[in-house]
Amino acid sequence: MNIIVCIKRVADTSEAEIVIQRGGQGLEEEDFAWGINEWDNFAVEAAVQLKEQHGGVVTAMTLGGEDDEEVLRRALAMGCDEAVHLCDEAFAGADAWGIAKALAAAVRGRSYDLLLCGAVSGDAGGGQVGGFLAGLLDLPLVALATCLEVGSGNGGTGGVARVRHEVESGLERVVEVDLPAVVTVQTGINEPRYVSIRGIRKVAGAEVQVLDGAALGLQAAELGSAGARVRLEELFLPPRGEGAEVLEGSDEEIVQRLVEMLHQRGGL
Amino acid sequence: MLALALATLVWVLWQRLALLRAAAPSPRWDHLGERLRRLLVIGFGQSRQPRYRVAGIVHILIFGGFLVLSLRSMTLIGEAFSAGYADLGSGYAAVKDWTGVVVLGACAVAAWRRVVVRPARYHDRHARSSHTPEALLILALICSLMLADAAYEGSALVLEGKGGGWRMPLASLLAWVFGAVQQTGGAEQPLLGGIHLAAFWIHNAVLLFFLCLLPLGKHFHVLSALPNVFFSKLEPSGKLKPPSHLEADFDALEVVGVSKLEDLGWKELLDVYSCTDCGRCSDHCPAYAAGTALSPRMLSIKMREAAYAHYPLRGKVVPPEQRPALVGETIGTAELWACTTCGACEEACPVMIEYVDKVVDMRRHLVDDGRLPASLQKPLAALEKRGNPYGKMARKRGDWVDGLAAEASANGNRAVGSDRSEGGDPAPCGKGVRILAPGDTAEVLYFTDSCAAFDPRIQRTAVAFAEILLHCGADVGTLGKDEVDSGHEARRFGEEGLFLALREQNLLAMEQRKFSRIVTSDPHALNALRHDYGVELPVLHHSQWIAESVASGELNMQGIDDGRTYTYHDPCYLGRHNGEYQAPRQILAAIPGLRSVEMERCAGRSFCCGGGSLSLFNEPECERRMGEIRLDMAAAAGAQVVVTACPFCLINLEDAIKTSGRDEHMEVVDLAELVAQSLAPQSAAMESESA
Ligand SMILES: Cc1cc2nc3c(=O)[nH]c(=O)nc-3n(C[C@H](O)[C@H](O)[C@H](O)COP(=O)(O)OP(=O)(O)OC[C@H]3O[C@@H](n4cnc5c(N)ncnc54)[C@H](O)[C@@H]3O)c2cc1C
Ligand code: SF4
Ligand code: SF4
Repeated sequence: MNIIVCIKRVADTSEAEIVIQRGGQGLEEEDFAWGINEWDNFAVEAAVQLKEQHGGVVTAMTLGGEDDEEVLRRALAMGCDEAVHLCDEAFAGADAWGIAKALAAAVRGRSYDLLLCGAVSGDAGGGQVGGFLAGLLDLPLVALATCLEVGSGNGGTGGVARVRHEVESGLERVVEVDLPAVVTVQTGINEPRYVSIRGIRKVAGAEVQVLDGAALGLQAAELGSAGARVRLEELFLPPRGEGAEVLEGSDEEIVQRLVEMLHQRGGL
Repeated sequence: MLALALATLVWVLWQRLALLRAAAPSPRWDHLGERLRRLLVIGFGQSRQPRYRVAGIVHILIFGGFLVLSLRSMTLIGEAFSAGYADLGSGYAAVKDWTGVVVLGACAVAAWRRVVVRPARYHDRHARSSHTPEALLILALICSLMLADAAYEGSALVLEGKGGGWRMPLASLLAWVFGAVQQTGGAEQPLLGGIHLAAFWIHNAVLLFFLCLLPLGKHFHVLSALPNVFFSKLEPSGKLKPPSHLEADFDALEVVGVSKLEDLGWKELLDVYSCTDCGRCSDHCPAYAAGTALSPRMLSIKMREAAYAHYPLRGKVVPPEQRPALVGETIGTAELWACTTCGACEEACPVMIEYVDKVVDMRRHLVDDGRLPASLQKPLAALEKRGNPYGKMARKRGDWVDGLAAEASANGNRAVGSDRSEGGDPAPCGKGVRILAPGDTAEVLYFTDSCAAFDPRIQRTAVAFAEILLHCGADVGTLGKDEVDSGHEARRFGEEGLFLALREQNLLAMEQRKFSRIVTSDPHALNALRHDYGVELPVLHHSQWIAESVASGELNMQGIDDGRTYTYHDPCYLGRHNGEYQAPRQILAAIPGLRSVEMERCAGRSFCCGGGSLSLFNEPECERRMGEIRLDMAAAAGAQVVVTACPFCLINLEDAIKTSGRDEHMEVVDLAELVAQSLAPQSAAMESESA
């Protein structure tokens, strides 16, 4: 049971003041705390748990800058066996398709039964990469998994996975999918283990395979912003709309005022 | 028989010691003088017994009797080898006979309590079996020792035709019975001789049986309690055991924490053998009272059962992989996460058993294994990334001081010493506190810690304290955004690596600034600075600062006479773990007109509010919150206002006021708020000073 998990390092913007860079091309990042995408944390845990049950090798893979190695180390500390870092300045500015293409190039030629992604990422929140990967690799896809089991015995290719996943209208269903497959993981599928500072330090010396565009056999024109077919025009905080009102004061005052307003306007 | 019995005893003890020999080291051979003192006072002096009046006195009587009679028991054995050996003169004979009476009486009371009174603490909610049969068996054995000796003496009296009189009431009583039987039944001398001999052998047999029985159950303490007291922890209870006594470099450790019996130190295993199952620890444990999964006594009992099962008297040691996991199975994780490390159990235990170190060591293992309550992951990650458990931005840590500064400059005030900072703009300063940049000097460093820096409610206590500092004319600074969480709770929740990283940052920030004392309003920070950081400068709690200033006349407090009754709640990390019970009480006493009462559980017996910092993110499943139980105690004492001196006590108790619907008639305040409120209006004081 070999598994590849795609993980992304994202900014935790909670508590931070969101300040748009001049030119509207990004955010001031000074106040952000960085870490693994929440969904990807669950995906790593799912992969490690499957390995603990069925044996095999789990490979964590990320595409990103030098600092992003942090999430790979964390994944190693959680129990992943190998780490692959797709790192090339030329990757900057990639759209989801570009990211998926690079990931697919790195995945091809490896032996795996399952390719796990988070359902979405906490920053751009596109939820596309997993789907694109399935398309690029011609694999079946199950999105938003809330429970994941694999049929034992077969080992290597040829097995199946049973996946419970969310579908529209608040329904959930269970599907059986042939392996290898791509599964995108929803939060709450498990209880990710804690990674202690010591755990991270213990893997400080572990090897991380670094691959650039050339190593992946990709042409410069396909990479990053050069290859992006979706380009950012502007990033902005939506202007306060008509009729919107921000209440100020202590919590009690706000609640009181809100109740009054709801009464006045027939909301209660 | 003697040889056989002694051989059995030695063999059993040797088998029991096998686990201690396999255990991790415990460096407990230092300060022998102090250890001897403890042995005399707490061991032989039984100083912790009378906290439970009846049980304590009964135990002291039986223990005293045991000491007096052990001489008798030994000489009676000697008698078997050489006649007359047991005769130590009429003086000792009288003393030991009276002792027998006292012990019999004490045993009767003890049995009565076991069978009829049955105090709640005798039976643990989580216990699978009752230890009453064992207790009764032991009482019966003790009584038969007394009676056999009396029969031995009594029959001798009749045989010799002597009377014991009041000097030997027990022997005389039996002599009288024997005499009466002899007269009415016409029994012969040989029968009495037989009784005499039988009593002698019964006494010796029972004694040896008793000795061999001890290391098999809870009465092992008869043998192990005294050594356990001798080897007890001498360091302050707030000082945690390091992850390893052998390797100082945490990162170099192969294993962290305790995951099997052998990972415990030998002294900690001696603890487990010595537990008397008296239940005093659990009776004082807030987590037990709240109905969580935790009962400290059961930690000892379950570990002892595991020790006996895995190191059996006969047969091979069960290897760790074939046992149920010590952490997770024998001891449930819910038990371990429910402990607030308040130390009430250790304070109550008559034989000095230690719990906090064990709990933390088992948590260290869980953390290393990634098994942590889900609710704690976010705050721990926030501690790592932002230096506080709330995930607030690190650069805003000093903002409460800026707020004060804005307010102060609006009022035309300036903090003392603010003009000393070099460069153009004066450092941000408010009331008595300013933010120190690297290189700055202040007389005193105010270590705020995360709660006072970020929690809006607790900021108010920090502001109140700043007002007091201004009154005192103190030159006080904070580390501002360079301070991070003290890591006190992170360490106690088992995340040693994170604690070490936080400590390093704080120590660096402190090194970059000059000051000669540290003050903090958070007892957890106090404990961290004193016992986890090993800071050499004096570290004061704000209650100590205020008490000093009151004593020196710097603070002139007006009366508070609002018709309400106040009571002081001792925070665990100020009181039990740092021994400061007086300063807060001196302050309350110095406020004219303030009426205050003590709760029954006060000072060393204080009842934890629910725990600090990370505990707020980790509420164990319980029947009733600790804070609510504490409020019941305050209400029972007749108080409407609970005064405390710890941010987390304040938060927990305020929450409890809300959840128990007491908003209308109870309030919680921090000492600093109370004092600030009773100070003469600040501006007036300032003006009169400058005038
Ligand atoms: C339903 C839907 C709604 C959308 N709504 C909006 C919208 O409101 N506004 C808007 O601007 N855009 C929207 N988008 C588009 C989206 O923002 C972009 O497509 C975005 O760039 C997708 O990338 P992502 O980083 O969010 O990755 P996602 O596709 O969300 O990431 C999913 C998973 O892919 C893997 N992954 C992603 N990046 C990496 C990496 N660098 N390395 C390794 N693994 C990685 C991880 O496992 C991750 O959990 C939407 C898309 C969809 C499908
Ligand atoms: S330290 Fe406090 S909470 Fe923990 S077991 Fe002891 S009494 Fe109970
Ligand atoms: S640990 Fe101490 S207080 Fe608790 S039951 Fe054992 S002997 Fe009694």
